[in-house]
Amino acid sequence: MSELNLKNPVLRWFEARLPIMSFMHHSFVTYPTPRNLNYWWTFGGILTVMLIIQIITGIVLVMHYTPTTADAFNSVEHIMRDVNYGWLIRYVHSNGASMFFIAVYIHIFRGLYYGSYKDPREVLWILGVIILLLMMATAFMGYVLPWGQMSFWGATVITNLFSAIPGVGQAVVTWLWGGYSVDNPTLQRFFALHYLLPFVIFGVVILHIWALHHVGQNNPTGIDVKSNKDTVPFTPYAATKDNFALILFLMFFAYFVFYIPNYLGHADNYIPANPLQTPVHIVPEWYLLPFYAILRAIPSKLGGVVAMFASILVLVFVPWLDTSKVRSARYRPMYKQFFWILVICCIGLGYLGAKPAEGVYVIAARILTFYYFLHFLVILPLLGYLEKPKNVPPSIADSVLKGRESDPMPARAGARR
Amino acid sequence: MTVRGSAILVAAVAALALSQAAPAPAAEAAKPDRQSWSFQGPFGHYDRAQLQRGLKVYREVCQACHGLKLVAFRNLAETGGPEFSEGQVKTIASEYKIQDGPNDKGEMFERDGRPSDRFPSPDANEQAARARFNGSYPPDLSVIAKARSYEVGLPGALADFFRQYQEHGPDYLQALLTGYQEPPAGVTLPDGQYWNKYFPGNRIAMSQPLQDGQVSYTDGTPEKLDQYARDVSAFLMWAAEPHLEQRKRIGFQVMIFLIIFAGLMYFTKKKVWADAH
Ligand code: HEC
Ligand code: HEM
Repeated sequence: MSELNLKNPVLRWFEARLPIMSFMHHSFVTYPTPRNLNYWWTFGGILTVMLIIQIITGIVLVMHYTPTTADAFNSVEHIMRDVNYGWLIRYVHSNGASMFFIAVYIHIFRGLYYGSYKDPREVLWILGVIILLLMMATAFMGYVLPWGQMSFWGATVITNLFSAIPGVGQAVVTWLWGGYSVDNPTLQRFFALHYLLPFVIFGVVILHIWALHHVGQNNPTGIDVKSNKDTVPFTPYAATKDNFALILFLMFFAYFVFYIPNYLGHADNYIPANPLQTPVHIVPEWYLLPFYAILRAIPSKLGGVVAMFASILVLVFVPWLDTSKVRSARYRPMYKQFFWILVICCIGLGYLGAKPAEGVYVIAARILTFYYFLHFLVILPLLGYLEKPKNVPPSIADSVLKGRESDPMPARAGARR
Repeated sequence: MTVRGSAILVAAVAALALSQAAPAPAAEAAKPDRQSWSFQGPFGHYDRAQLQRGLKVYREVCQACHGLKLVAFRNLAETGGPEFSEGQVKTIASEYKIQDGPNDKGEMFERDGRPSDRFPSPDANEQAARARFNGSYPPDLSVIAKARSYEVGLPGALADFFRQYQEHGPDYLQALLTGYQEPPAGVTLPDGQYWNKYFPGNRIAMSQPLQDGQVSYTDGTPEKLDQYARDVSAFLMWAAEPHLEQRKRIGFQVMIFLIIFAGLMYFTKKKVWADAH
């Protein structure tokens, strides 16, 4: 930890009373990062930027949005037509939610691949799962706000799930709705919560980063940092790399916003909500589809709801379900294969979530749901015993200089230097 | 990005496309043909004359049954739209009667339209419209071009991503307006129902609204059903997305900026890391 040498007397005075500048200096300038981090490690920074973008565009939207069933749809159209650059703000916000999820799913699979959840990063990982849950709740409630057909019917289907709770189910649903159907009170509370939750996420993100800085980053080899030969300071090394990746990501994002802003949306949501007319297919946004597939795969309503929540909660226990001594899939030949099977399984569930729940789709969804849980509850614990890991390099510095075997997530930066 | 990195990116896009390809609308309806629209693609822009003709079709035909309540007369003069002159817009607006009030006596009254007014709807409310059409409802057309689509399947959705194809709504409108047919043998339609190849379920409560020669064009454009349908569909796309041109123009500037920024950042990063090993 190098000392921060402040020349300006005012800053020195302030620093003596609240050492925030040296705190930032330690956290984002001199902070040591493993020298072999690849581009899969840039998504944390991307996620932070996406959260800030969502909060800023969201606050501007609220300045023009009206949360009542009579006016919500038209107020969104007012934003699109009459507010200066309103179309830009809204398309950034609605596509931003999708980009946020693309980034978070990559970030999570990165963690699963490199064993980033293992000792001592369990709490860091669990905070991440909490962020995922909060994001899903936030995005779901945000999608209700424009009060189109999918908003209304999506809200109806999802809130109805709670009626599966034995005994008190229906009472809980009435309580959630604030009435006997999804209506104005529902819209207003969803709006209040949609405004609140991103700030809760922000708080959990701070804890997440705190935990990260306390235990240090994992890296593609999964081995611990042993000496300062293994690390480089955050600034300028990680900072330039993160920024380069961020700009590429923003290009991908801008492509959606400016050229295909409605590609990820559903045309039905441009039809004002109509409680008397059910759409032919009610589908959630793409990022919730895998969970929707699991929900519908189980023949009983309660079972489906339990399976859906379990599919996220199981992630909390991954640090203990994985019995391997080695962190990174780079040195775990069998786990590496199962990892990719899991990725395909999740994409498959996403596809099935968008298909009607009938015939062969249901059977396929059941098989994939079964496999999803099999992966975490059976394969992961067994692999630790069955698999013979490859030799792990003695240190991060060594790994950068030699030994760059086949690696599906290539340590690109490490590789070319 | 490495070959593997980009393979994964393509896979991610494919996964997104997959989820977009999947929702299947009601069966039976035929799939609309793709048209070529002036406003598609990264440099797409509206054809002013076409939008002006489309407005004429809307006013002379569709307006009898459909509202356009989110569009204001002043929008007709804005850049990126039909770009009528201020004077023309005043004239168009003044041809409408607008309900206003209450006045000092507490009464509602009618007055001539002004550019700041929005297109008045033909029926006072949805119930009145339904009463007129045996319970069917002619939807407001303000965002209809974005509220309709059709299934494209998987390779199609992926291709649409790369081609930036977003014109499914106008394709459908064009198809719907030209898709009237005699019902198949054995099907008898009750009064007030018509057979349309592209309408979900085929039985539509709107009689064929456009016929050859129905609206007179002053610029020599063919006065044909197909042309009318095309013009009014383009007009409705503008009504639904009035800032499309500005969006694509700014998008191009943003892309150029980001590409240059990315290039600079790449070399900065390379230089910074050069001495790390
Ligand atoms: C005589 C009245 C009438 C006229 C004129 C008319 N429509 Fe319609 N339109 C209807 C009715 C009624 C419906 C509802 C049909 C139904 O739901 O079966 C409808 C439905 C529609 C729909 C929705 C179809 C769907 O996918 O749900 C569109 C789009 C449409 N009309 C466009 C137009 C256009 C464009 C014009 C002018 C060229 C026009 N209409 C002229 C009465 C009319
Ligand atoms: C975690 C961050 C956030 C996510 C994932 C998110 C997600 C969403 C989504 C999916 C929509 C629907 C978009 C559409 O189809 O139109 C939406 C709408 C909306 N959001 Fe957010 N949001 C976030 C943060 C915020 C914040 C912080 C605010 C306000 C302070 C906000 C205010 C709004 C408003 C007013 C709308 C309705 C307008 C519209 O539909 O475009 N959002 N949000």
